[in-house]
Amino acid sequence: MNWFHWFANPARFMRLAARLQPWIMVLGLATGAAGLYYGLFDSPPDYQQGETVRIMYVHVPSAWMAMFVYTMMAVAAASFLIWKHPLADVAAQAAAPIGAGFTLMALVTGSLWGQPMWGTWWVWDARLTSVLILFFLYLGYIALVNAFDDPERGSKAGAILLLVGAVNIPIIKFSVDWWNTLHQPASVARMDGPAIDPSMLLPLMLMAAAFKLYFLYLLIVRMRGELTARRIRLLRLSDAA
Amino acid sequence: MNAFLAIVRRDLSLALRQGSDATMALMFFVIVVTLFPLGVGPEPGVLERISAGIVWVAALLAAMLSLDRMFQSDYDDGTLELMLLAPAPLELLVLGKCLAHWLTTGLPMLLIAPLLGLFMNMQADAFPVLLATMALGTPVLSLLGGIGAALVLGARRAGALVALLVLPLTIPLLIFGVSAIEAAVTGQSSKAQLLIIGAMLLATLPLAPWATAAALRQAVS
Repeated sequence: MNWFHWFANPARFMRLAARLQPWIMVLGLATGAAGLYYGLFDSPPDYQQGETVRIMYVHVPSAWMAMFVYTMMAVAAASFLIWKHPLADVAAQAAAPIGAGFTLMALVTGSLWGQPMWGTWWVWDARLTSVLILFFLYLGYIALVNAFDDPERGSKAGAILLLVGAVNIPIIKFSVDWWNTLHQPASVARMDGPAIDPSMLLPLMLMAAAFKLYFLYLLIVRMRGELTARRIRLLRLSDAA
Repeated sequence: MNAFLAIVRRDLSLALRQGSDATMALMFFVIVVTLFPLGVGPEPGVLERISAGIVWVAALLAAMLSLDRMFQSDYDDGTLELMLLAPAPLELLVLGKCLAHWLTTGLPMLLIAPLLGLFMNMQADAFPVLLATMALGTPVLSLLGGIGAALVLGARRAGALVALLVLPLTIPLLIFGVSAIEAAVTGQSSKAQLLIIGAMLLATLPLAPWATAAALRQAVS
C-alpha cells in the first residue's frame, strides 16, 4: 500500500505526469502510425468482408477502451470511497468524457460496418444494447457529477453511481456468449489462442496500444487541468476569505 | 425489525394522508397508456402487437415520476439525519422505505395493469404473465429507484436527473418483462424470462439498499 499513498500526493503526480507526457505522446503517435500503415496498406482484405474489415482496426480498440475506461473509473471510484484517495476522483471525472467518446466511436464505427455486412445500421441484440447502456451510464455519470453546487457531493454521488453501473461491464463482455447475437463472439481473447490471422492481429494490437496511449495522454492532460483548476479555486477562496 | 415495520407504517400513513401524491404516479401510468391508442390509431392488431411494451414502458416512466417522494421530504425536514443516527442499520430502514414505496406505487400499478391490457387489446391468456412480470419487476423498480433517489438528493433538476440515471439500469427488466409476455402470446413458455426477472429481484433485494444507504450517508454528511 505504500506506493499507493506515495502517488496520492497531487504535487508529486503533477511532476511525474509532466515528465511522462511527451514520452506517451511519442509512443502513441508511433504505434498509431504503424497501426494505421499495417491496417490500411499492409494487411490483406478479408475473404468474406473485403476491405470493410479495416473498420475493425478502429472499432475493436475503441470498444475495448470503452469497457477499459469504465472499469478503470469504477476502480478509481472504489479507491476514492474506501481510502479517500484524492487523485482517484480526479481521474474518474477526467476519464468520463474520454470513455464516452470511445463508446460513441465504437457504436458509430460498428454501425458503419453493419450497414454493408449485416444490411442494417443497427440491431437490438444483446451486445449492441449493452454498449448503448454503457454510453448512457457515462452520460448519466457526467450529468450527476455536475448537478451539485458542492463539487465534493457530486464526486461522492458519482462514485457510487459508477460502482452500481459496473454491473454492466461483465454483461457486455459475455453478452455474445450468453445470448445468440448477430454480433460475432470474441476472437482475440480466447482460451485456445486468438482465432484471427497474425497479419490482421498485428495492426489490431498496434491500434489497441495506440488507443490506450492516446487515452493515457488525454487523461493526464485533463487531470493536470482539473488539478490546476482546483488549485485556482482554492487560491480564490483564500483570497476572498 | 420493529424499526423496519415502523418505517413502513410511517411512510404508508404519510402516503395515505397526502393521497394525491401517491395516486399521481398511478394516474400518470393510466394516462400515458391511454395516449397510445389515440396516437397510433385504434386498430386492434397494432395495439395488441405493442401492448406489452407500452404497458411496461409506461410503468417505468410512472415509477420514475414517483421517485422524488422517496427521500426528498425526509432530506428537507431533517428526518433523514435522525434515521442515520438511529440504532437500526440504515440498510434495513432503506429496505422499509422501498417496501412502502412499492406498496404505494408498484402494487397499485400492478392491480390496474390488466385493465390497461384490456385497453390495449392484449390477449386474455397473456394477463397472468403480465401480472407475474409486474409482480416480480415493480419491486426491482422501487429498489433501483431508491439508489437514484438517494444519489440526486440536493442536486439541481433532480427529477429529470434521476430518470437519466435509473432508466438505463432498468432496460434489462423491460426487455425480459416484454419478452415474457410475448412468449405467452405466441403460446410458448415464459418460464425462463420470469426466472431471470426473479433473479434480478433477488440480486437487487440485498444489494440495492446497501448502495442506497451509502448514497444517503454521503448526502447527509
